Amino acid sequence: MARMKFLCDTERCIECNGCVTACKQENEVPWGVNRRRVVTINDGVPGEKSISVACMHCSDAPCMAVCPVDCFYRTEEGVVLHDKDMCIGCGYCFYACPFGAPQFPQAGAFGMRGKMDKCTFCAGGPEKDNSKEEFAKYGSNRLAQGKLPACAEMCSTKALLGGDGDVIADIFRNRALKRGKGSEVWGWGTAYGKPDNPQQQAPKGAKS
Amino acid sequence: MISARKLVVAALVVSAGLAGCGEKEQVIVYQQGKYQGKPDTRPWENEPGASIYTTSKWNKGDKTSWEAALKSRNQNQNEYTRTE
Repeated sequence: MARMKFLCDTERCIECNGCVTACKQENEVPWGVNRRRVVTINDGVPGEKSISVACMHCSDAPCMAVCPVDCFYRTEEGVVLHDKDMCIGCGYCFYACPFGAPQFPQAGAFGMRGKMDKCTFCAGGPEKDNSKEEFAKYGSNRLAQGKLPACAEMCSTKALLGGDGDVIADIFRNRALKRGKGSEVWGWGTAYGKPDNPQQQAPKGAKS
Repeated sequence: MISARKLVVAALVVSAGLAGCGEKEQVIVYQQGKYQGKPDTRPWENEPGASIYTTSKWNKGDKTSWEAALKSRNQNQNEYTRTE
């Protein structure tokens, strides 16, 4: 079974913000809401590292655990989505998320916090697939079109990989072996958990 | 003596007035820890041609073929296979 994940290769990210633009354009995300953003550590210093951050669709999502109205659900492909009709905009998920993914539009009167918005892995939401309602609330549903997230597919250096966890891990492993460095994957331990026994071999044919 | 017409009007007014009492519950009966939002359809349950933007091919309802379509698309992110 496919288990959708994001992986950002810090050796390759050049902080072009192409992923941010692709996400904004694909989903017509309003001003003030950034589903994806690029963070740079030691900006301007030789050896700086950039990373593209959005919802990582965690295996054990903290947002899902803290939501007081239980508006989150996980799809069979492992994508964490939420029902905006149920969201009360309390902001608990924002405090719980280790990646700062949940965003709140503040276009209402007196800067009132609206319903939460976040990366959907371009999988839409609980409305009819590829309908106007789905696009208006959640954005594009590329998975239902047989595509992968726009940010990953648009990445110019292929630093940001998105798709089936096993496939993108294979791509990254091959890459790290060929260049001989930069095998650290930022955020994967936090989002998808660390193995209890790192030396243990995965059973043959099993999926992560 | 009340005419039949008045009786009919009175009956209509009473039935319209009481209609509000029979209103159904509009809030969710909340169960802690359980998603009660709208159900979502699965991506492979769509016809590949359902959206004009579809590029991949799979069989409607066949998850394996959808996964295979996505895996082959995933390889577009692997420049080692693209350049070899």
